[in-house]
Amino acid sequence: MSAVVKLHDIHKSFGAIEVLKGVSFEIDRGEVVAIIGRSGSGKSTALRCINRLETIQSGTLEVCGHRLDQPTLDLRALRQDVGMVFQSYNLFPHLTVEQNITLAPRRVKRLPNSQARALAQESLERVGLAEKIDCYPEQLSGGQQQRVAIARSLAMQPKVMLFDEVTSALDPQLTGEVLRVMETLAQGGMTMAVVTHEMTFARRVADRVIFMHQGRVWETGPGEMLENPQTPELQAFLSNGL
Amino acid sequence: MKYTFDFASLQEYWPEFLRGALMTLEMTAIATVLGMVIGVLCAIGRRGKRPWLAALCGAYVEVVRNTPYLIQIFFIFFGLASAGLKLPIFAAAILTMVFNVGAYTAEIVRAGMDTIHPGQIEAAEALGLSVPQIYWDVILRPALERVYPSLTGQFVLMMLSSSVTSQISAEELTGVANSVQSESFRSFETFIVVAVLYFLMAMLLKFAFFLVGQAMFPRRRRLGTPL
Repeated sequence: MSAVVKLHDIHKSFGAIEVLKGVSFEIDRGEVVAIIGRSGSGKSTALRCINRLETIQSGTLEVCGHRLDQPTLDLRALRQDVGMVFQSYNLFPHLTVEQNITLAPRRVKRLPNSQARALAQESLERVGLAEKIDCYPEQLSGGQQQRVAIARSLAMQPKVMLFDEVTSALDPQLTGEVLRVMETLAQGGMTMAVVTHEMTFARRVADRVIFMHQGRVWETGPGEMLENPQTPELQAFLSNGL
Repeated sequence: MKYTFDFASLQEYWPEFLRGALMTLEMTAIATVLGMVIGVLCAIGRRGKRPWLAALCGAYVEVVRNTPYLIQIFFIFFGLASAGLKLPIFAAAILTMVFNVGAYTAEIVRAGMDTIHPGQIEAAEALGLSVPQIYWDVILRPALERVYPSLTGQFVLMMLSSSVTSQISAEELTGVANSVQSESFRSFETFIVVAVLYFLMAMLLKFAFFLVGQAMFPRRRRLGTPL
């Protein structure tokens, strides 16, 4: 198994505040990694560095063969290989579900308009929302919007998908429907990095869990590590959740 | 007050009025399109990363919005003439209108762009869209939908204030009215007729903008809700 995401000794500051203090981890092809930790632990920032929504100050960062620490980086090629789903869905409100999904394929990959609808249909079927193809985002529930956002990302056929607290804005029932879609993706062999507060999901679906604390990777291991935390910080983090 | 209205004596001037009204509409149509282009480019320039361009666009907007339109007209018309550039009056009038409305449009469009949530732009970036594509598909279209009522109001206002270009002898509706009243000596009637014509043109313009809006904003047409 070769690693498709490699972070080594990543440092990142916002002004005077250093949020990543030498973060290193790798994600193998087809692997599902859950990144957990308190707010402010740097987990979202680390995720956002992977597709260059944040730039790093130092360290080496390679994603799908793209060197993000090099000035020669082809940003658009990187973004085509890495999909991202956000906490606040970020669907485009003025476009229908179909247009949301096909915008990037049409603009970036020059998909002919005649094939756009079929692509939207196919992507929506993967998230179980084919009947919503002509709706506008505001006509959908939060869970449905998030599933459309996943479909939008899938339509670009990314090699890696990043999930940034995608269920944090949803009630438990809607959270369930989104997590089920993600689980299906994981079983289908998608490489995924998932920043989440859903410990059950992390334990059940993730191949590996990374616990971040104060800008560092504090503890890492398979899902079972959540039942048997080694560090007092992870122990405290997990017991606060109960 | 004893005044006998005599609209009948204006009858022979109908072709004149019509010609003036058409010219006003023509000037308005051209200035709306060009003003929109200038306004959008200027709004983008002001939001952009180049400080000199942002400053330039900002200065243009502030100068135009804080000086009288009539002075701008004289400045452009006589200024260009002394610089040796003699424009036809029609072109000069349109130039002043575009110069003026472009700045107001820029501010309205910029306000609309500022309502676009940063998350929208991040999502578009993450999908691999380029900066021009993001501006066009993700920022400009919803921004225009949000500020469309203010924009149309501004363009109707521009149509009305185009009457000021009669000061550089543009033969638009007010210019025509000035000649008609000095020939017919029926000033009151002339300006009543002109006021009614302006009112009707404003209604026509609003209706045209409504139709354009229906075509441009399908979401609005279908759901009827504000964005």
